[in-house]
Amino acid sequence: MSANQAPISAPLPASNAGERRRANAYDVEAIRRDFPILRELIHGKPLVYLDNANTTQKPELVIEAEAGFYRHDCSNIHRAVYLLGERATEAYEGARRKAQAFINAAHEYEIIFTRGTTEAINLVASSFSRMTLQPGDEVLITGMEHHSNIVPWQLACESTGAKLRVVPITNEGEIVLEDFERSMNARTKLVSVVHVSNALGTINPVKTIVEMAHNRGIPVLVDGAQSTPHQPIDVQALGCDFFALSSHKMYGPTGIGVLYGRGELLEKMPPYQGGGDMISSVTFEKTLYNDLPYKFEAGTPNIAGTVAFGAAIDYLTTIGMDRVAAHEATLLEHARRLFDGMKGIRIIGAARERGGVFSFMLDGVHPHDVATLLDAEGIAVRAGHHCAQPVMDRFGVPATTRASFGLYNTTAEIDALADGIEKVKEMFR
Amino acid sequence: MSQHSLYQEMILDHSKRPRNFRALAEANRKADGFNRLCGDKVTVFVRLEGDVIRDLSFQGSGCAISTASASLLTEVLKGKTQAEAERIFHKFHDLVTGKSHPEAEEMGKLAVFSGVSEYPARVKCASLAWHTLQAALHQEPAATGTAAPQPVSTE
Repeated sequence: MSANQAPISAPLPASNAGERRRANAYDVEAIRRDFPILRELIHGKPLVYLDNANTTQKPELVIEAEAGFYRHDCSNIHRAVYLLGERATEAYEGARRKAQAFINAAHEYEIIFTRGTTEAINLVASSFSRMTLQPGDEVLITGMEHHSNIVPWQLACESTGAKLRVVPITNEGEIVLEDFERSMNARTKLVSVVHVSNALGTINPVKTIVEMAHNRGIPVLVDGAQSTPHQPIDVQALGCDFFALSSHKMYGPTGIGVLYGRGELLEKMPPYQGGGDMISSVTFEKTLYNDLPYKFEAGTPNIAGTVAFGAAIDYLTTIGMDRVAAHEATLLEHARRLFDGMKGIRIIGAARERGGVFSFMLDGVHPHDVATLLDAEGIAVRAGHHCAQPVMDRFGVPATTRASFGLYNTTAEIDALADGIEKVKEMFR
Repeated sequence: MSQHSLYQEMILDHSKRPRNFRALAEANRKADGFNRLCGDKVTVFVRLEGDVIRDLSFQGSGCAISTASASLLTEVLKGKTQAEAERIFHKFHDLVTGKSHPEAEEMGKLAVFSGVSEYPARVKCASLAWHTLQAALHQEPAATGTAAPQPVSTE
């Protein structure tokens, strides 16, 4: 099998995917058939998977791409001179080009593969901070960040003497842009902001935030973990300097993600980790670092996972992110119709711009009990603080139950959720 | 859902109407328990007279399993000696972790927690108050209102 015949480089073997696009109708049932796990029975009931903000399920072709790499192309990358090595390198670098196209980065070398969004943010927090932050400088985040966009900055501030500043959020779960403007000053060296909140569903106006920060010459990192799976992303149109995303929330494998960075910034930044592949020459006196993107990719990476991530990107591209967004908007609309008037339920987060995340409290019922009881109905939802404890504190709740939608969910599944919630309420009456 | 193995009628009853849910003015032992994962908090108050748990109560917030467990704990252990409380705790722990059957030993009311063993993620909910009580009993006698320096967490 040659490289261009390898299953991993085939864009989409799923027989009807092309037809789907041509027909221009969003055939959710056909999409569901691409996901083997959706045929699982949970406690004897069909799986209703509504925990997509946590992680998404994987289509057959992603699973096959990962297995296919190990079956047909396995070798290390960037060094082997034999055919397998070429195939592995081509598949790995092919995934980089797919990621570049998917978020419309200007250059291939602006795509750094990481273990995920968390590592991508840590990379910037570590490397950019070492280059830039001085005692008294400030890093600006918002009150709706995931822990992964809080703690790396606390660590960076601890080691540099810089200060972490937080833009508060409203009762609706939004940022007020005037507050944002006021929170920036001459000492602000970086803004790091979540695109879509995993706990509230709020879609932040990141393009405007980037413009406001850039007017003051402040670079901006966008945490895109929860936006990339649900809407088209164009990092050049957003204008951000860094953008972080995770494969496993995009129907790809765990343990792989991307840091996009503007080339001129990445060029100036010192390496994040040292090791193999990130060097061009090493002596005990002096080491010369490799070019971008390899300068930031020390050690043998998750090659099979990266290749399968490429397959996931192909899958999303074939369906079309604008159509995914339209489908999920329908789901959110349906959920709002069902839940907005429902008695005994408090929805956490009421932003005008919302993604398919539904965080709620049932009167008198703890979220963990809600989730366990819904599980008995085959419904998978998240209960907890969603790695966003400051958000929970802001709304005065220890935890919430959260349903979050993906491209394979149906309105019937949201009906099942509503029925399940009624049963929980009945039980705790 | 009404036949749910975890949410027995008695558990629901104790979660909705917890017994001994108050601060205990005469307490001479007290400890705080905290479950980092779900944010459950419990404070256990004990009036220890010699070796006997003369009175105990609890306060806090948590899921149905942790609230019912704390509530039943206060009912079951009132009047017991420390050694008896310790023995019942171990039996309860074996029950919720699936190491014993409710019929195997005389568990009394606590047998309603046998379903917990099917839900490993919920064991810590069921045992939070028990670990907290243990911390309270093992601490040095303190003036009323003084909490253990570090909140207890569970497995």
